[in-house]
Amino acid sequence: MRLGIGLPSTTPGTDGAAILDWARTAENSPLTSLAVLDRLVYDSLDPFIALATAAAVTQRIGLATMIAIGPLRGGGLLTKQAGSLARVSGGRLTLGLGVGARLDDYRAAEAEHRTRGTRLSAQLTQLRTEPDTEEVELLVGGTSGAALARMARYADGYAHGGGPPRAFAAAADRARAAWSDLGRPGAPALWGQGYFALGGAADLEAGQAYLRDYYAFTGPFAAKIAAGCLCDARSVKDFVRGYQEVGCDELVLLPTSSDPAQLHRLLEVLGE
Amino acid sequence: MKITVLGAGPAGLYFGILAKRADPSHEITVLERNPPDATFGWGVVFSAETLGSLRDADPPTYLEITDTFARWSAIDIHYRGTRLRSRGHSFSAIARKRLLAILQRRCREVGVDLRFGVDVSDPARLREQADLLVAADGVNSLTRRSAPEVFRPTVTPQGGRYAWFGTDLVLDAFTFIFRETEHGLFQVHAYPFDENTSTFIVECPEPTWRAAGLAEASEAQSIAFCERLFAEDLAGHRLMSNRSTWQTFPLVRNREWHDGHTVLLGDAAHTAHFSIGSGTKLAMEDAIALAGAISTNTDLEAALVEYELARQPVVERFQQAAGESVGYFQRVGEHTDREPIQFAFNLLTRSGRISHAALTVRDPDFTRVLDSWFSGTRGLAPPPAFAPLRIGNTLLRNRIVRTVPSADAGLVLTEAVAVTPDGRRGPDSPTLDTEQKSFVDEVHRLGALAGLRLGHAGPRGATREPTRGVDIPLPAEQSWPLIAASALPYGPRSATPRAMVAADFDRIESAFATGARQAAEVGFDLLELDFAQGGLLAGFFSPLTNHRTDEHDAGPAGRVRFALSVLRAVTARWPAARVLAARLSVTDWARGGLPVTDGIEIARALVAGGVGLIHVVAGQTVAEGRPTYGRGFLTTLSDRVRGAVGVPTLVGGYLTSVDEANTVLGAGRAELCLLESPSTDLDRQVWPG
Repeated sequence: MRLGIGLPSTTPGTDGAAILDWARTAENSPLTSLAVLDRLVYDSLDPFIALATAAAVTQRIGLATMIAIGPLRGGGLLTKQAGSLARVSGGRLTLGLGVGARLDDYRAAEAEHRTRGTRLSAQLTQLRTEPDTEEVELLVGGTSGAALARMARYADGYAHGGGPPRAFAAAADRARAAWSDLGRPGAPALWGQGYFALGGAADLEAGQAYLRDYYAFTGPFAAKIAAGCLCDARSVKDFVRGYQEVGCDELVLLPTSSDPAQLHRLLEVLGE
Repeated sequence: MKITVLGAGPAGLYFGILAKRADPSHEITVLERNPPDATFGWGVVFSAETLGSLRDADPPTYLEITDTFARWSAIDIHYRGTRLRSRGHSFSAIARKRLLAILQRRCREVGVDLRFGVDVSDPARLREQADLLVAADGVNSLTRRSAPEVFRPTVTPQGGRYAWFGTDLVLDAFTFIFRETEHGLFQVHAYPFDENTSTFIVECPEPTWRAAGLAEASEAQSIAFCERLFAEDLAGHRLMSNRSTWQTFPLVRNREWHDGHTVLLGDAAHTAHFSIGSGTKLAMEDAIALAGAISTNTDLEAALVEYELARQPVVERFQQAAGESVGYFQRVGEHTDREPIQFAFNLLTRSGRISHAALTVRDPDFTRVLDSWFSGTRGLAPPPAFAPLRIGNTLLRNRIVRTVPSADAGLVLTEAVAVTPDGRRGPDSPTLDTEQKSFVDEVHRLGALAGLRLGHAGPRGATREPTRGVDIPLPAEQSWPLIAASALPYGPRSATPRAMVAADFDRIESAFATGARQAAEVGFDLLELDFAQGGLLAGFFSPLTNHRTDEHDAGPAGRVRFALSVLRAVTARWPAARVLAARLSVTDWARGGLPVTDGIEIARALVAGGVGLIHVVAGQTVAEGRPTYGRGFLTTLSDRVRGAVGVPTLVGGYLTSVDEANTVLGAGRAELCLLESPSTDLDRQVWPG
C-alpha cells in the first residue's frame, strides 16, 4: 500500500506559501501523492490551482483529487483543467471525481443538480477520449450502485470516502463486484482516506472543530467524522495497518490544519 | 448525571444497571407505562457471542440469566412429512418475563429507580429535566416519532403476517415447520425457553393470510386455525395467546440515533427481523455500548457519537442478514419442490451468515448427507461444486465455470465472439473468423468442457479496449456503423446506431446459424447465446432500448420475436445433444426498465424455444442503471429464475471461492457457478518500502 498526504487546501486561510512548503516537505518524504478535496462554498482553494501550485515545486510526487466534484464544471472546462494539470506536472495527475453531496456548491456553480450523475458519466467519457486526458488515471467516488457502475465503466479505480477499515473493505468488495460485472480485466485501484490531527489535546480539538465545521452540511454526521479523526501514533498506525490488510492500494491521510508541524508529526509517526 | 430511561424493556433496564454500576453517583430513573409484570411475547433467544458480552458487562445478571436458560444445539426442519435435524449450533433462550424480572431486581439492587404505570406523552418535557434521556421505548418509540426531523427514521413493513404464540409443547430444538395449505405455505419458527413452554411463531405471506380468512378471524379463531393446521406437530398440546394478534414486522432504521442529550436504544433505534432472532440481543448490546461510552467519555456528546459509531455498523449487518432471511421466507413457497435435505440446507444458509464450510464445522454429518444426496452417490461424496452435472446428454465433471482455461473447472467459456464484424465490442474482439480450435483443445486437454459465447454487441460495438474503461467509443476513423433495435446511443459519446431493418434481421439470423454450425464443427460442447446487458438481441427486450412500433415492439410478444427466430435458426444447426444456453439480463436495474417478473417471462419463452440453461445476469441494458453490487449479487435472481421457470441456471456475480459456490449450488440456487479468476494483484508494498 502506498501512502499519500492531503494538501491543506480546504482548511481556512491556507495561502500559497503554506501550499509550497507542504508540497516541498512531502516531495522529500516517502509519501507518494499530494491530494486535495473540492468545496466551493467554503474558505478553501480551488483543487486544480492548489495542485498546480504544488506541481511547480515538485518533480516526483503524484497529484490527486480525492475527489473533485466533476459536474460543478462543464465537461470542456474540466477536461481543459485536468489536461493542463496533467501536462504541466509531467503526467502526475490522478483525477478522482464524484457528484459530491452539497446542493449549495451546485447553486454557487450555477450547475444543474438533478442531472449530476449522467453529466459525470459524460465527463468521464470525454476525459477518456480527449488527447490531453486519455492517459490520466481516473477514480470515481460514491456509494450507490450507479456510482460503482460508473467507476467500473469509465475509471481506473475507486475513491472511498473515509471511515474505518471495515467500511472500506465492504465498499472495496462492491467495487470489485462492479469491476467484474463490467468485464474489466484486473482489479480496480482502491484509494482510501482518513483525517488526522497530531500533537496534543489542543491539536485534536482544533482538528475536530474544523471537521465539524467543514462537514456541518451533513448535520449530526459531522460529529461522527470528527470522532474518527486520527489523533496519535497508535491510531494512525492501526488505521494504516487496517487499510493495508483489507487491500487498499493508496491511503491518503488528510490534514485538519495547514500547520506544517502536522505533516512533520505524521512523517515522524509513519517513519517509526 | 441525572438520567431518565424511557421504557423498562431489556434495553432500558440493562442500561440502567450498567450505567449505575459504572458510576453510582448517576441518578437513574426508569419510566414504564405498563405494570412490572406485564409483558408481551414469550421467549427470547441469545447466541453464544451475546452471552460472552453479558458475562463481561455484569456477572450477577449473567449468572442469573444463564441459570434459567433453556439451551439446545439442534435445528429441526419439518417439511413434506420429514424431520431433518442439524446439530452443532448454539442457542439459549429465556422467557421474556423471566428476563425482565431478573433485570428489574438487579436494577433495584444497584439503586436504579423503577417507576411503573407512568404514561409519558411528552418526551420533550422529560428531556428538559434530565442530563440524559435514554429512549428505550420500543419499536413504536414515541420519542422517535415526536422528532422525525432529527432522527430521520424509516419504518417499513417487511415479510408476511405473523403471530407470536406460546405453547406447552416443550421442544428440544429450534424448530421450523412448513405446512402446505390450499391457500399457500405456512411456516412456524418455534423454540423452547423454559422447562414448560416454547415460543411458537406462525408466519405466512399476506395473500395466504387473507385467503385463509385470517384477516377477519378473532384471536380465538386464529388460535383454533393454527392448532388445527399444526395439530400433528403440537401432538395434543395447545397454543397460548398473549395479545398474539397477526402483525407485520416493521423494519426500523434511523439516520441519527441521538439528538443533543436524547439517545435511542434497542428497538426504538432499529429492528432486524424475528426470523434471525436478534432484537433482544441487539438491544442489550446497545445498552452495553452506551453505558461503556458514557463511562469512558467526559463529554456526553462524544459518548453518544461513540455509541452510534460502534453500534450502527453491527446493526446494519444484522439488517442485511434479516433482509436476506425475510426474502427467503417470502419466497419459500417457490422452493417446496426441493428435496428435504436441500430445502433444509437452503434454509440454514438463507441469511448469508452460514456457508457450506461453516456448516461443515458445526455439523459435518449434515453436509455429508447433503453432499452425497447432491452427487447421488453413497459414501464419500465431493462437495456440491465438484459434483458432476448432466444437462441433456452432456456430462460436466463439476459445476465450476471459468472464463480462462483452468484445471479445476467443469466448463470454460470463451469471451464474447461476435457473429458479424459489426457486432464486435472493439477492433480486437474475436469473430467467427477467429481461430477457436486451440482453445477447445486446451480446455479438453484440461478435462473440462468448452463453451462458446456467441453474440452481437449492437449499440455497444466499436469501443476501445477495456483496459482503461468500457463503452468508450473508438475514434471516428476507426469506428464502424452500428445497428440496434432502435436508434438510441448506448452511452454519452456512443455513436447512434441504425435501427434494424428487414435485411438486417435476415443477415444477423443467418450469422447466428453459421456461428452455431462452426461452433459445433470446432468441437464446442456448449453454445451460449448472448441475450444480455444491452447487446443487439437484448435490446429488443426492454422498453428502454426498444422504441419500435412494428411486430418487434416492446410488448410481450414483439420483444421476443427476433430472439425466438434466432433460436430457431440456431437449433437447426446446433446438435441437439449439446447444451444450448442463453445469457440473459433478467432485470434492467434501471428506472422504467424491465422488472424481474418480465425477465422471468422472457426466460420462459427462451426455454420454450429450445434453451436448456439460463446464464443469469442483470442490468447494463442502458449505461445509467441502478445495479446492486456485492458478493454473490446475482444469486437471488438465479434462484428466482430457476424456481419460476424450472430451468438449470448458471450464475456468477462476484463469487470468489469454491465455498460460496458450494453454498449456492448445495442450496439449489443454481446448477453452475461462474467463479472469478484469481486476482493477480498480489504485489502490495508495505510502508515504508
